[in-house]
Amino acid sequence: MDLDARYLLCPMPVIRVSDAMARLAPGDTLTVRCTDPGALRDIPAWCRLEGHEIVAARTEPSGDIVIIIRAGG
Amino acid sequence: MDHRKHKAVVLLSGGLDSLLAARLMLDQGIHVEGINFFTGFCVEGHTHAVRRDRQDRQVRNSALRSAEQLGIRLHIIEVIDAYKDVVLNPRHGYGAHLNPCLDCKAFMVGRARSWMEEHGFDFIVTGEVLGQRPMSQRRDTFPVVARESGAWDRLLRPLSAKLLAPTLPEREGWVDRGRLLGLSGRNRKPQIALAGAYGYEYAQPAGGCCFLTDANYTRKLRDLWASRGERRYDFDDIMLLKIGRHLRPHPSFKLIIGREEGENRFLEGYRNRFVHLCAAEYNGPLALLQGDADDAGLDLACAITARFGQGRSAASVRVAVGRPDGSRHERVVAPLPANALAADWYL
Repeated sequence: MDLDARYLLCPMPVIRVSDAMARLAPGDTLTVRCTDPGALRDIPAWCRLEGHEIVAARTEPSGDIVIIIRAGG
Repeated sequence: MDHRKHKAVVLLSGGLDSLLAARLMLDQGIHVEGINFFTGFCVEGHTHAVRRDRQDRQVRNSALRSAEQLGIRLHIIEVIDAYKDVVLNPRHGYGAHLNPCLDCKAFMVGRARSWMEEHGFDFIVTGEVLGQRPMSQRRDTFPVVARESGAWDRLLRPLSAKLLAPTLPEREGWVDRGRLLGLSGRNRKPQIALAGAYGYEYAQPAGGCCFLTDANYTRKLRDLWASRGERRYDFDDIMLLKIGRHLRPHPSFKLIIGREEGENRFLEGYRNRFVHLCAAEYNGPLALLQGDADDAGLDLACAITARFGQGRSAASVRVAVGRPDGSRHERVVAPLPANALAADWYL
């Protein structure tokens, strides 16, 4: 599943990720694209608390932040 | 005595007091989860970190940081629409600006009560301290929050509990009242010492967590309402009030002008909603035009936009004007001289 959370400020990207993850089965992945620089810390922090795995997190040349999350069990 | 593990939902703001209140519950073996309501007016490091020149600052959600330190789940819940009635029609009025603190607290505790009931939790915990805030944290307003939220005596304030009547969790022995605190007043040294003992980091200072307490922000919000002739707002309105310079050079429109690259990038997300302006041949800001501008107004908006770009000293500057429908044209203007930028245009 892909999620466009660009131009949203904290904590909306986390809220959108939370809503999206609730629809995934364990092992499914979510790719979220953000522009808020804090997303690189907050989304992984939220995932740690919820038991989800960060597969990859990167900032693209465009400035977009892309985070791939695998749903925990 | 009921020996099952009781569950508390803590209103976790990300500040020091709620962090400690949650800790006191964990120390008593209570199952604790955090709840954090996003009203749209919450001040977060991120809001400022959109500006790239401020990215060395702490850029993370304070409530999440608290939850991580506590090792508890955090439920961040967006309440923007539901919160409008609190902002627009506060039963108990405003504080110094547009801050409806008492109504806000009752609203949030009320939402936490609903959540508690839906999720089978036993009581609600807040980090409120008697006498710390002038509106919502007084001996006479604590009961107002308990009553209007519907939480009644399932609302526990561990930091001041010894100064208050015993609540249900204390009377039933779910928590040991003897291990709660009796803090009061605005002196935060005891909390700071306690945080030090636990090795906690926390956001500070208290009281700076809501844009509705901010004079500059609320001036812009009042201007928005005045320009519309009615008190209403949507999510994008209140987000945009946090970003950029806001100038109203004409009663019918205002400009939101990015102050640096990060803000320009954020404002780009609104190009499909507003007329937007940007110098075509010089580096400079992106400006959104909110309202209606005729030809003369557009020329003025372009001249102002050029004023804030690197072409400000040029005799003339080409400014691209884009519309939400994707159409675009250019206007050639003389950048507005600094002395023509009226002080009272700034919101």
